[in-house]
Amino acid sequence: MAKNDKSREAQKLVWEGAIPLQIHLHESEVTTLPPPSPAMILAPRIGYLPLLVSQIKPYFSSTLPPGVDTVWFEYKGLPLKWYIPTGVLFDLLCSEPERPWNLTVHFRGYPGNVLSSCEGEDSVKWSFINSLKEAAYIINGNCKNVMNMSQHDQSELWRSVLNGNLESYLHFASKLKFGFTADDLSMKLNISSLKSREASTEADASGPTKAGRIPIRLYIRSFNEDFDDLEDLPVIDSWDNISYINRPVEINDDGNCFTLGDAIKSLLPEFFPNKTLPKDSACSPNVKENEKLEPEAAGSGATGTDEAEEMLQERLKSCSLSDTPELKLIRIQGIEPKLEIPFAWVVNNLMNPEHYIHIIVYVRVG
Amino acid sequence: MTNPSNHGRIDTKSSWDGTLSWDEFCIAARAFMEQWNRFNADLPPFSWVPRPNPPWIPPSSQSEGYLSVDNVLIFGRTEETCKKGDDKEEEEEEEFSCCDNDNVVDPAMLAQTDEVSSHHYDFNIIYNVSYRVPVLYFRAYLSDGQVLGLDDIIKSIPSSTKRLLMESKWTFITQEDHPYLNRPWFTLHPCGTSEWLKMLFNSDPARAQGGLSVAQYLVAWFSVVGQLFDLKIPFEMMGYVDESGRQHKNTITDSS
Repeated sequence: MAKNDKSREAQKLVWEGAIPLQIHLHESEVTTLPPPSPAMILAPRIGYLPLLVSQIKPYFSSTLPPGVDTVWFEYKGLPLKWYIPTGVLFDLLCSEPERPWNLTVHFRGYPGNVLSSCEGEDSVKWSFINSLKEAAYIINGNCKNVMNMSQHDQSELWRSVLNGNLESYLHFASKLKFGFTADDLSMKLNISSLKSREASTEADASGPTKAGRIPIRLYIRSFNEDFDDLEDLPVIDSWDNISYINRPVEINDDGNCFTLGDAIKSLLPEFFPNKTLPKDSACSPNVKENEKLEPEAAGSGATGTDEAEEMLQERLKSCSLSDTPELKLIRIQGIEPKLEIPFAWVVNNLMNPEHYIHIIVYVRVG
Repeated sequence: MTNPSNHGRIDTKSSWDGTLSWDEFCIAARAFMEQWNRFNADLPPFSWVPRPNPPWIPPSSQSEGYLSVDNVLIFGRTEETCKKGDDKEEEEEEEFSCCDNDNVVDPAMLAQTDEVSSHHYDFNIIYNVSYRVPVLYFRAYLSDGQVLGLDDIIKSIPSSTKRLLMESKWTFITQEDHPYLNRPWFTLHPCGTSEWLKMLFNSDPARAQGGLSVAQYLVAWFSVVGQLFDLKIPFEMMGYVDESGRQHKNTITDSS
């Protein structure tokens, strides 16, 4: 069991990851003086904003104008899509982590033309189950296991997500018999497999990744100019400025270690002008033999160590020519992983409970 | 869009799972569009909408896209109005048959009533890469532009079809962001599509024997999902002969 615990370490951190929110009531809904102070709450990364409403409401209920609640959230003018996990919204919209994260809540005037309707927890639950079904279909070729799950088990699975109870989640999720379970794909993740690609082809310390399709949601934030400081990036005020790709990554069981870089390349080939990464590619320079990906960075926030970040930046930059579009940043669960880590590690550890990997990419174009 | 190929057939005999690839979708989409536009002259035509390329892809590259038809007029039929409407029609017929005088029915009146209850639908047929099937996205509005909510839409669905489709756990309407337009649209959830398409084809011995022409995939698919809106595939489309002279028959008798 100890071994198992160890292999779950990163996953545990992901589940415990939370973002401190400072929530302001929109001024148009303030009917009292002085205006209410903002609500401070901790939002689970794997959670969803509408699930926080019952905690937030008491802060503002006395000042709200009469009417029926139709709650929605906004960040710097952008209405937030409620079905995207909170951690993903944070990683996508805050180029530099903002703590606490200042959001605005509205209880009135739902922007139904921009946001799909949300009737509280039920909507979120069904969105979650639908995503789970979609993931099951991608992985298994059908979603029978999700469809045939008993109401009780389905509720318990949802409750475990709601409460951030990983142990209970693992118990009920195991009934879904996904083609890859953590153990299946755990691929004896030997940290030393984080060697460069050529090393892993010779002696396959990581074991081959099973062939198959992996559910991915990719969010791409693009900008035209080069910004030294991510903080200077223009504010996103429309979802039209974000490209969203919901496309599985196909893993071929060709014996090579399939890396995160390979996965990104298959989704965004335009950013990898060379057909194949050459052996002495700048993308895999000087990776020290036993260089560790530090899982403790996983849940703790939006950045790894500064040093690691710098290295990633350099590597990402050197991957593309100056006149081609350029990958500036890759973020998953708040960490900025290196391109050469085995994709199976990402899948096993950074997956959201609905079996999707949410990847955020910042790119410079033109 | 990929050019349709005449040899594009799906082998439904073996373990076909009811899905199709993106390239097959393109073939099927073009064939469906051609047939629809030829045989449904009284309805607005379908067109292929290329997805605007994201900023990092050169504008010249081939892009993704989807099928779209706008402003299909469907008369609203809540249970009550539907019944009333039918009665009215009968009455009209009688009146027309006994005396086709122009002062019996006030056409302006009639038009007014229709305008109130008619629903305008936009339909998009979009390939879903997760489920590898086509997905119907739609939105509905009244003549004055007022957008219809899910309740209004469900109320207007013919009750027999509604029962058939809504009670099935495979087919239900949800609201999702349109993958290209980035706005909430209604959609028939695709999680059961491959399953019922497989059943549809396996229950037809001719198809099970001879396989399915890729070009007919969307026709068969739409013959089911279109029912939800009382949109019928014209008979000509079901047994359509394409330019190559190959006949895509719906029913073949020599299914020995």
